[in-house]
Amino acid sequence: MTHIVVDPVTRIEGHLRIEAEVDGGKVRDAWSSSTMFRGIELILKGRDPRDAWVFTQRICGVCTTVHAIASIRAVENAIGAAPPPNARLLRNLIIAMQCVQDHVVHFYHLHALDWVDIVSALSADPTKTSSLAESISDWPLSSTKYFAGVRDRIKGFVDRGQLGPFANAYWGHSAYKLPPEANLLAVAHYLEALEWQREVIKVHAILGGKNPHLQSFLVGGMATPVDPDKQASLNADTLAQVRSLINKAHDFVARVYIPDVLAVASFYKDWAGYGAGPGHFLVYGEYPEDDGQRPALFLPSGVIRNKDLSKVERLDAALITEQVTHSWYEYAGGDQVGLHPFAGETKPSYTGPKPPFERLDTAAKYSWLKSPRYDGLPMEVGPLSRMLVAYASGHARVKEVVGGVLQKLGVGPEALFSTLGRVAARAIETLILAEKQVEWLDQLAGNMARHDLRTHDNSKWDPNSWPAEASGVGLHEAPRGALGHWVHIRNGSIANYQCIVPSTWNAGPRDAAGHRGPYEEALLGTPVADPAKPIEILRTIHSFDPCLACGVHVLDGRRREIARVRLS
Amino acid sequence: MSDRESWFTDELERRGVSRRDFLGFCTVMASALALPASLSAAIAKAIQQTDKPVLVWLEFQDCCGNTESFLRAARPTVADIILDTLSVDYHETIMAAAGVQAHETLKKVVGDKRGQYLAVVEGSIPTGDGGAYCTIGGRSALEIAREVCGNAAATIAMGTCAAYGGLPAAAPNPTGAVGVADAVPGIKNLVNFPACPANAENITALLVHYLTFKNWPPLDEYQRPLFAYGKLIHDNCERRAHYDAGQYVEAWGDEGHRTGYCLYKMGCKGPVTSQNCPRVRWNEGTNWPIGCGHPCVGCAEPDFWDKMTPFYQHLQGPPILGPGYTVDRVGVAASVGIAAAFATHGVISYVKRSRQLPQEEPKPEAKKGDTV
Repeated sequence: MTHIVVDPVTRIEGHLRIEAEVDGGKVRDAWSSSTMFRGIELILKGRDPRDAWVFTQRICGVCTTVHAIASIRAVENAIGAAPPPNARLLRNLIIAMQCVQDHVVHFYHLHALDWVDIVSALSADPTKTSSLAESISDWPLSSTKYFAGVRDRIKGFVDRGQLGPFANAYWGHSAYKLPPEANLLAVAHYLEALEWQREVIKVHAILGGKNPHLQSFLVGGMATPVDPDKQASLNADTLAQVRSLINKAHDFVARVYIPDVLAVASFYKDWAGYGAGPGHFLVYGEYPEDDGQRPALFLPSGVIRNKDLSKVERLDAALITEQVTHSWYEYAGGDQVGLHPFAGETKPSYTGPKPPFERLDTAAKYSWLKSPRYDGLPMEVGPLSRMLVAYASGHARVKEVVGGVLQKLGVGPEALFSTLGRVAARAIETLILAEKQVEWLDQLAGNMARHDLRTHDNSKWDPNSWPAEASGVGLHEAPRGALGHWVHIRNGSIANYQCIVPSTWNAGPRDAAGHRGPYEEALLGTPVADPAKPIEILRTIHSFDPCLACGVHVLDGRRREIARVRLS
Repeated sequence: MSDRESWFTDELERRGVSRRDFLGFCTVMASALALPASLSAAIAKAIQQTDKPVLVWLEFQDCCGNTESFLRAARPTVADIILDTLSVDYHETIMAAAGVQAHETLKKVVGDKRGQYLAVVEGSIPTGDGGAYCTIGGRSALEIAREVCGNAAATIAMGTCAAYGGLPAAAPNPTGAVGVADAVPGIKNLVNFPACPANAENITALLVHYLTFKNWPPLDEYQRPLFAYGKLIHDNCERRAHYDAGQYVEAWGDEGHRTGYCLYKMGCKGPVTSQNCPRVRWNEGTNWPIGCGHPCVGCAEPDFWDKMTPFYQHLQGPPILGPGYTVDRVGVAASVGIAAAFATHGVISYVKRSRQLPQEEPKPEAKKGDTV
């Protein structure tokens, strides 16, 4: 039995430590620990609820819109603000572009190096790479000369002897399966994706002022003024810019990202047999298509248990609890019970080893993440969950694309419950959202043409219009999965604020009943060829797209009955 | 021509960049750094001849926002920086190595390149509970920061968290978070580069300055480069004329809002925030928050999470001004009003400091003690 520690897990956001026991070339047990805490919810206490989104947005600088949206929705839910249709459409466009850009960056810059050997790319024949590229896509950057240029650039870089961020990795590891020409193709697209992400995210600058950390959200709507004829508003010119960027985003996803995922996956089909999580999937749903109290959602909410795709349960957010049995926090009523976030407590209480340390005591508390549970069960959240719930709910376009991908790879639906399934689901979702954006843009342009220029509900802006006590929930499907913010407002100030974030669901530690968290469960059975170079562990962990700075919690020990959760 | 220059010229040719394009880029950089155009030749020479300096980028109590901002860099691009300009030996978000191998890399830099490498810190550093609020590889952020920054040629505190503690240090600061200057006492050659996050154009301009001149540009008493933090937002704002004319947004989405009136009454902190956003804007000059109808929140200022909030409460400034006011009279009224607002918050000295900032463009000579 070999005990492996991977800390830092790199190419993620935040600070994650994985400890694992390897025996007979496979992971026998695993523990996931978040090693950073900031206390943002505690900092929010007593502040103006209309400011909360600016604070919570800084929970993460990668998914730089998601906590802003969840916070805004929570406060709007509490005070009864009703954002007008244009605000919904602007938000949908911003959220969708976040997801599209983030997923592509994840694949090429955070995940690809687990599958792609850069050093092998140096020995590629550019002519063969060109043939390969042209066989899988009509993307124009595919000539022999182009790939020779990329290879020479990388060779020049390597020859200078300073490998920078690519130094001391697992190059040459037996787990790398791509031929040199496929490696070169992927390296070229790594560089192209760097340029692409910088360009398409300008949609956020146009609609949100800047990226990262957009600055045009408002409780009750958006600060972005819309007026087809005014220079200082979103107008005919800037709408055209957005349209062009949306098309550019879709083009790269359809002609580069999707073909690359299929090409890479075809060499790694054995990874359809590794990396299954707990088999329970939770989705809050996203992209409101109308402005009612319970709007229709483009991607549906729901719960799937035990990998049973024949049944999607209706989500009941009252069944969500968080546990701290193995987390560095204390609950007033004892650490063996779970608390709903409206009754949430977070009192940090570090009992781990004093740094510097070699090992965590995994039998005791071992993470700054809590353990969220739904009806007492660990749940996987994220693109795989979303695509499964949509697929099982009969979402036509999702069924079509999922079916096409499975057929192309020659695998059955059971392959989805795996490391490879997560990679494929993320790509499928990206394509579907990239296609959808133009519809929302057309609706926004249509409203503007009819001179509906409303972007904000001013009736609830003044805190004097609020009840003395109010509570609300804001649910959102972030790129990494189900995100919820719960706020309690008293006399115009925040009395309590709780977040349960996607990486808490996925990366959280064991609970009182001994259920492993999804990362921990997914690692069981993962092959590890060389415990000194555990690239296979990175593959499965990265397939979840970890985002650990979100591992923040807090709040007061007050416990009270609060209004039942309303799902919007 | 030295081998290095030959390599560089070949590289440019291979990438289809003409000599003329390259010199044009150097002129742009000179301009971004507020340097005379005549120095562009010196920049060109320095970039071509320099060996790749080593950079290590540490992340502590961060959100990765500054890294994301860095990924949006266009002049030069992040690929240019990583492949051609700097050797980014350690950066957890992008590096291929993990765990033990990542540690080895960092240890090697600190051991072999002592006093020669550039350190960037993103995120604040918690001092509470023996360092347990942020550990990497079982070591506390505090210990890593002291070792890595303490042995660097120079350090950039990137973003408001690293510069001043930022969000984790906002009241009641549950983890005892501090910025680099407080975490590493006596640190040499520190540049504070606040904003939440720091602007990509400024990040690359600062790096190019360092590569070119081997020192930092002139800094203010908060160790911030004057080229980016030498002027108030308000003084360069595209909506300044509306402020001067007394034309304010009164409600979100009203006619004035759509026309681009001043956001002062909606809570704008531009009058007390030093940063070059109005000039460089964001995402390659595409837009900026005020351009998108939202007030400045003052994110480049120390302790802005406490001193600039509530964000939508306006500074106690001038009353509604009629069109008869001249710019000078409005300016006086605004200064008095802003001083009063900050007196209310008990931060008068802070405003005094803002006023003391030099009005002239900085000179290229580094100040005493700034050299690396």
